[in-house]
Amino acid sequence: MEILIGITIFFYMLSTAGYVAYLFLQKDYLEKVGVHLISAGFLCHTAWIGYGFVQSGNFPVNNLHQTLSMAGWTITGVFLIFHFRFHLKILGVFAAPLVTLVMVIAARLPSAPDQADNILNSIWLVAHVITIFIGEASFALACGVGFLYLVQEHTIKSKTHGFFFKRLPSLELLDTTGYACIVTGFTMLTLGLITGFIYAKSVWGRFWSWDPKEVWSGITWLLYAALLHQRLTVGWRGRRAAIMAIIGFAVILFTFFGVNFLLQGHHGGFTKL
Amino acid sequence: MLEIVLLGLNHKTAPVALRECLAFSPDETSAVLKAFQESPVISETVLVSTCNRVEILMATEDKPNAVRTAKMFLSEFKKLPASEFEKSLYVHKGDDAVRHMFRVASSLDSMVVGEPQILGQIKEAYKMATLKKTSGVILNKLLHRTFFVAKRVRSETGIGDHAVSISYAAIELGRKIFGAFEGKKVLLIGAGEMAELAVDHLIRNKVGDILVANRTFENGVKLAKRFKGNAIRFEEIADSLERVDIVISSTGSTDYVVTRKQVKGIIRRRRNRPIFFIDIAVPRDIDPEINRLTNSYVYDIDDLKGVIDESIENRNKEAIKGERIVDEAVIGFRQWYDNLDVVPTIVALRNKMDAIAQAEIKKTLLALKHLSDDDRQAITRMTNAMINKILHDPALLLKSNGYHQNKSFYLDITRKLFKLDE
Repeated sequence: MEILIGITIFFYMLSTAGYVAYLFLQKDYLEKVGVHLISAGFLCHTAWIGYGFVQSGNFPVNNLHQTLSMAGWTITGVFLIFHFRFHLKILGVFAAPLVTLVMVIAARLPSAPDQADNILNSIWLVAHVITIFIGEASFALACGVGFLYLVQEHTIKSKTHGFFFKRLPSLELLDTTGYACIVTGFTMLTLGLITGFIYAKSVWGRFWSWDPKEVWSGITWLLYAALLHQRLTVGWRGRRAAIMAIIGFAVILFTFFGVNFLLQGHHGGFTKL
Repeated sequence: MLEIVLLGLNHKTAPVALRECLAFSPDETSAVLKAFQESPVISETVLVSTCNRVEILMATEDKPNAVRTAKMFLSEFKKLPASEFEKSLYVHKGDDAVRHMFRVASSLDSMVVGEPQILGQIKEAYKMATLKKTSGVILNKLLHRTFFVAKRVRSETGIGDHAVSISYAAIELGRKIFGAFEGKKVLLIGAGEMAELAVDHLIRNKVGDILVANRTFENGVKLAKRFKGNAIRFEEIADSLERVDIVISSTGSTDYVVTRKQVKGIIRRRRNRPIFFIDIAVPRDIDPEINRLTNSYVYDIDDLKGVIDESIENRNKEAIKGERIVDEAVIGFRQWYDNLDVVPTIVALRNKMDAIAQAEIKKTLLALKHLSDDDRQAITRMTNAMINKILHDPALLLKSNGYHQNKSFYLDITRKLFKLDE
């Protein structure tokens, strides 16, 4: 069954190749190939994670390998959902290489967890992990869309319609998609924090422990809350929103990985090497 | 056999003053086609006349006389001595004429490669010829094939993509900014052909409300009526910026009509929605610094020309693909044309009959295993004799010389009846 992860990565790599070819050659069938390949990879990935679940009997986020694998899975899943909703074909050029990279790193890490923590068995925990991962995947996509927006905006403003002008969709579509990603991400993040609080109360007796990840998650939540608030009231859209989406994702990366590697806390188990 | 001859002039060989004199209105086309019909030398004619070209397409058995007659008709109908226009005329025969038609219809010969009007114009000309019955077997096939080739070139190459006019360029840019034009509001400042054309295009793309501002309010009202929009006073422009998404400006003003300060002031009130300025005026109406403001885009006439130049370059590259498609089609047409001769047709007919006969003989004899060799040979001889007798009269008719004008017609019918062109 170890072969499953290899096949998954293989599909993701092929999908990346398809999307890159689509970027350069602009043939529609290449984009379709890219989507189908990443979907195939998703199915294999699901099987792989399911297998891990059945094997160990608990939710497979016990070490960095499993966590990254889960992250890759949610990014692909969220990408597919947004793809069918928004038909933003070019987003695959960002999503496919990202998941490929994540899975390649994951594959190189030791896969067997040292110990199966028994605390990872509550329904609240499962809900917490899933919502947080989906939220962060959405923010990752929002960041990608933000990049695309800035590139396209640059080609229009600078009047040099080079490689990207005709390959990228309208600014309006990019902005709308980015907004949808952030709203989804924020909703999921909120649910994730709430379920986290409930779970923390049930296990440790308190909602909030000043654990570094909790703190940084709170900061992230405030950042995106501010972004959404500004958009709804003042109209922070377009360029500003794109830049904020990128900064926000940088903060997310720190919250997700940086805190685990640089600071100590009860979330450390997820990124054990 | 009828051969194809094409006589014409276009924007490359004749200046507009001459083209004007030789252009045919629909009524004049009708009249001159009648004259061609009555000429004993010319069997089929199609006349195409646009502001950029006149093409006289003929099928004839006597090429030199046909050309002479056509020149004479031109001279008579247009009351212009032949010497005045002869040097601007080109004459194409056979494959060259076919290639020329294909190229013209595919817009490869147009002033702006990839322009879409020429195909419609040729279709109109052909319709007129069929109504007047001046088109026959050869030209019918040629024109049908021409439309097919033109469609192929348009769909298989990028020749028609991208803007080559100011208004198209503006629309393309607008689409990259706004995605769709529904509900977007337009402000037209000033007036002018290019600016009004751009507004027309936007309307065709389902844009929302139109506001018109003109230094003279009455002119603005008139223009607004044409677009079914509203006129505003020139002084109201700054305030209107809050509501509109696309601003097209074309005034004679030497100062900026819209300043950076004005736009900066309304960005917040617009809640940062993007605003697109199209500045066609020289001297410029829109402060170029506005382009540096957030979510504001300004394109002046040089910028738009830059977009167009890029497109033209792209189109020329695509034109090369188009030429290849045309070359293939010319070869295909030649094959049909060669087969339309008597000998190939009779040979093809014979071959088809023989093939059917052989197949049936084989099937029958297989079922009648009890027959002797003599019997088998008798059946084979009978079948072959039947075919010979059946084909005798048709072959004689096709080989005879009494149907000059209609030979192609008979050959074409024969080929169609027996499905010889596969």
